[in-house]
Amino acid sequence: MKIDLKNLAIKTTHDHLKKGDFSVKELAESYLAEIEKKNPTLNAYLEVFDDVLEQAKEAEKLFEAGKATILTGIPLAVKDNILIKGRRAGAASKILEGYVAPYDATVIKKLKSVGAIFLGRTNMDEFAMGSSTENSAYGVTKNPHDEMRVAGGSSGGSAAAVAAELALAAFGSDTGGSIRQPAAFCGVVGLKPTYGAVSRFGLIAMGSSLDQIGPLAKTVEDAEIIFNAIREQDSMDSTTIFSDTYEARKLQLQEKFVIGVPRDFLGEGVAPEVLENFEAGLKKLEKAGAEIRDIKLPNIKYSLSVYYIIMPAEVSSNLARFDGVKFGAKISGGNLLEDYLKTRGQLFGKEARRRLILGTYVLSAGYYDAYYNRAVAVRKLIADDFKKVFAEGVHAIATPTTPSPAFKIGEKSNDPLQMYLADIFTVTANIVGIPALSLPSGFAEVDGKKLPLGFQLQTAWGREALLFEIGKKFEKI
Amino acid sequence: MNFWEHETRAGFFVSILSMLKLEEIDKLAKLARLEIPAEEKETLRKEVEEILEYVGQIQKLSPKEPPKEAGIIRNIFREDKEPHQTGEFTDALLANAPEKENGYIKVKKIL
Repeated sequence: MKIDLKNLAIKTTHDHLKKGDFSVKELAESYLAEIEKKNPTLNAYLEVFDDVLEQAKEAEKLFEAGKATILTGIPLAVKDNILIKGRRAGAASKILEGYVAPYDATVIKKLKSVGAIFLGRTNMDEFAMGSSTENSAYGVTKNPHDEMRVAGGSSGGSAAAVAAELALAAFGSDTGGSIRQPAAFCGVVGLKPTYGAVSRFGLIAMGSSLDQIGPLAKTVEDAEIIFNAIREQDSMDSTTIFSDTYEARKLQLQEKFVIGVPRDFLGEGVAPEVLENFEAGLKKLEKAGAEIRDIKLPNIKYSLSVYYIIMPAEVSSNLARFDGVKFGAKISGGNLLEDYLKTRGQLFGKEARRRLILGTYVLSAGYYDAYYNRAVAVRKLIADDFKKVFAEGVHAIATPTTPSPAFKIGEKSNDPLQMYLADIFTVTANIVGIPALSLPSGFAEVDGKKLPLGFQLQTAWGREALLFEIGKKFEKI
Repeated sequence: MNFWEHETRAGFFVSILSMLKLEEIDKLAKLARLEIPAEEKETLRKEVEEILEYVGQIQKLSPKEPPKEAGIIRNIFREDKEPHQTGEFTDALLANAPEKENGYIKVKKIL
């Protein structure tokens, strides 16, 4: 049977593999052929692994032994900040040039055990800092829908890979929107799980109180399958949650459900085509039985400020470990201090250095209270706003995923603040730790190209199941 | 005195110092162990200042000190037993060090 990558989802693929319509090897070969064709232009993958067909052979054995599960033989792409034992991992940074992961990230271990196929590692903004992959040390990833435009970031390579049929699904990481924003720009589904739902063990840390690994996929069901395969309390990550950490409620959605819309937050700076598409998305949900309710989240307007204080603060601690001593590359100076200064100064990219300076500033003695402590307090206020809304019976909160469709390569790269504003709708979920899902919601026509747009749903802590249920309804209409 | 009480003073402090000086960039770079090329300093200063001005809007808010909240308290530490074999990971970890000698990571002399 001819493999039609476009129409494959995880479940259909699994059925085909089980029936023997095609083999894992043939499937993997189809993806490798697509990668060979498209990756030189898109630059979605930094490396395609040379043992993909051997991995496929192992997966086939599981099918033959009748031990195959839903993810066996499913070809996935992995963001360059997630460790796979024995393979290069670099967070798209020169400072990790030559680094080979000595262990598997927990998410990788879980998927290895069921025989999933890892095709390669995908491009990203250096250390996941950015919204366009323009901060990668290895060149920008292009948007498959318009090669003049960015794929988004920081998981831009993963998003482009899924959108261009270079992988059936992919792993990304999301600190302030790094899964959802590129998913929206490339027209795929992206999930940021509840903080602590998925282990961060083996994820190169950026902002430890914000980071989560999650799937980028073609359908809500695919994202759900991967999420369910990787979620688990992990003794290697003390922040992972237990099944009873959040109030366990029956998560069956009522026929009538409530979608909250923070209208005050949707005015300024949002492209008209985005707003129009968002309203159409709300209409869809109304048709599916939703009551659309205006909600107030009075402190949400401070989210971006809180984010760009707390995140660089955590970055400045997390990136202290890259010093040219323990791993990665090194530039030698006259003494140990010069080794540090040169290695870090020359091998970290501009954005990483900018955030290190910012983080050092907000944590320094004179400014700690005015910035960092204040941000921590406001973070709590924002979380309280969300708690209140959910307690009032709102099942999910809807916003656009991004204020505009994909922007042009180079358009914002010289204006960091403008780039940061692209995260306006996504950072809140990281700040308060709730799960959020970006759904493809149609296209905006710009310069004769159809650019994908995203519709974001956020719900209360631990209730990913609700997002999947509403997301599937949204997909169907 | 908790930090909320001298918030006005901190706010004042921030506003008079909101112009970020080049010397401050030098000091921060030193603290962060970064060598910044001279020609990049002014751009960096301007960018950081602009970002600080934007994020400084949270100073308009004067939240009450949030009550301390504790979730369910659990011991997340493993039992202190069954250690791994000495040296089990040494080679894999050392393989990543840029400079090493006889099973040690090598650095320049600091005394």
